[in-house]
Amino acid sequence: MTVYNKILAASVASAMAVSASAQDAIGEKIDAAFSVFANPFVNFIFAPIPGTSFPWIVIWLVVAATIFSIYFAFVQFRAMRLSISIVKGDYSDPNDAGEVSHFQALATALSGTVGLGNIAGVAVAVSIGGAGATFWMILAGLLGMASKFTECTLGVKYRNEYADGTVSGGPMYYMTKGFAERGLPGGKFLAILFAIFCIFGSLGGGNMFQANQAHQQLTGLFGEFSGIITGVIFAAIVFAVIVGGVKSIASVTEKVVPFMGLMYVGTALIILLMNFSAIPAAFGSIFAGAFTGAGVAGGVIGALIQGFKRAAFSNEAGVGSAAIAHSAVRTKEPITEGLVSLLEPFIDTVVICTMTALVIIITGQLTTDPATGLYILNEGGTIATATGASGVGLTSAAFETAFGWFPVVLTIAVILFAFSTMISWSYYGLKAWTFLFGEGKAKEVTFKVIFCLFVIVGAAIPLGTVIDFSDAAIFAMAVVNIVALYCLMPVVKRELESFMARVKSGEIKKYK
Amino acid sequence: MTTKFLVGYDGSDESKRALDFAIERAELVDASLTIAYVLEWSPYSFLTPEEIEQRHKRRQEEITRAQEAVIEPLIASLDGKVKIETVIKYGNISDTLISTATEIGAAQIILGRKGSSGITSRMFGSTAGNLVQSSPVPCTIVP
Repeated sequence: MTVYNKILAASVASAMAVSASAQDAIGEKIDAAFSVFANPFVNFIFAPIPGTSFPWIVIWLVVAATIFSIYFAFVQFRAMRLSISIVKGDYSDPNDAGEVSHFQALATALSGTVGLGNIAGVAVAVSIGGAGATFWMILAGLLGMASKFTECTLGVKYRNEYADGTVSGGPMYYMTKGFAERGLPGGKFLAILFAIFCIFGSLGGGNMFQANQAHQQLTGLFGEFSGIITGVIFAAIVFAVIVGGVKSIASVTEKVVPFMGLMYVGTALIILLMNFSAIPAAFGSIFAGAFTGAGVAGGVIGALIQGFKRAAFSNEAGVGSAAIAHSAVRTKEPITEGLVSLLEPFIDTVVICTMTALVIIITGQLTTDPATGLYILNEGGTIATATGASGVGLTSAAFETAFGWFPVVLTIAVILFAFSTMISWSYYGLKAWTFLFGEGKAKEVTFKVIFCLFVIVGAAIPLGTVIDFSDAAIFAMAVVNIVALYCLMPVVKRELESFMARVKSGEIKKYK
Repeated sequence: MTTKFLVGYDGSDESKRALDFAIERAELVDASLTIAYVLEWSPYSFLTPEEIEQRHKRRQEEITRAQEAVIEPLIASLDGKVKIETVIKYGNISDTLISTATEIGAAQIILGRKGSSGITSRMFGSTAGNLVQSSPVPCTIVP
């Protein structure tokens, strides 16, 4: 670094330090102004069912997942072998080589969902709901596979294909085209509502929340510094990728993210093997906790809410985001994309989230009273952890018991996951944006620039209300989307039955 | 049925040497040539959502470019000297050449080599090396 650069860097840093307190004041103002209209919406989405502490939105997602599971005769279990076979490319025509493969679609959609929820969210769930929350999380993950299957099949079936070979798809398109085809009213209304929520969700949960958490990680590593620095750097990289079309950054990230994911699961497996003898006891406490709710705030219901909530937050089944990601794949049979996508909640929730939970449980992070065997609770009703950490810190502490270097790896992983989630959500938001305002270069760039600005806002300002609002927006997407899924599920059933019959008769054959 | 030779061709110098060699042999035994241009592609690479959306369009563009920039000048330069067929394919180069050879019943595969040696080829192998290892028909590697 030259002297000139050093001076420049120092002056920028001091300028930012000076403005940091001013920024906080601005942040509080934005927060206050925003909360006036955001709070009623947030309160509505997360409102508990009267007389219980159960948020109705969680029930909405789990009931939908259960209905789809039953309606499609548990397609997630009966077709799983077929799904894996499709992902491996066994049914892909070699003449279509060079088109997007099923594996690529799955990997891209997964990189949008695997992230903080799998690391921090699970830690929150078990520290409130105890080991038993894991059971309900796995159950919700398994059921969620059917929701993903339904929405992704529809996403491909009703997408728009343009003359230049590009495609646009997602819930907005199956709401308008699918409803029209079946002669149902209100498709356009649902689609617009969905698109609006999707833009909010994209800027919030898919952007500001990620930037905010990435900054938290960086301050954990380097000490306190202004979020604007993180925000500007992140925004610049995101800008380079989504506006500048810099392929190399995206392709590096897309290669590193799966590697990080595998490393995370691999490390978790090693820790489980190292504590092999403790596994039966861990499962014992998961089952016991799930049905007795012993010692956690809210008992069985408390554990169940935490588990269900975590699965829904993490795998986004029913939200409609994955339908946008999968709809771009060229396939002759829409159902194949649905079958591929049902593996996502399995990998995201049943495998990765469960690994996090098991490591936390097995390494003894949740403290129990030796006399009674019950959890020791903090004043707030959460379970006291061995190190006093919560969220990402709890996961980090659990892994650190086995590998001292893990927190550094975890920090890098969280930042990369945050980045890849942003890239995915920028696309979901863009699709909603072009649905509302029309396709066109200038319109697309407008949204992308807005998206980058929100990265800075998200990293720089403590945005309690805005974060709540964006979580609520993502779940509002699910409200609208699932209504559409109920209306269109007979279409999916016809496709599924026809496809399964043709696989059985050998009309659809394997190429290898 | 005439004998067919499969030639891997991408417009590079080494592939031109391989093609010259193939033309000589083909004229001697009155064989026909199938010239394959394989675009390196893995179904397991990772793409961003936007790349996925544009993949089909890009693929069309790549095929058009390959046809216009590589295959057509080649056909023009040969000027009907030998009987040729051309194909453009996607995939791993050696695997795709092998599957194409099997498909068309080629008597042999002719491929140029970059001549990379040392650490890179030790770690990642070379296309020519992989081809020789697993080809079902005789291969000629032209240096």
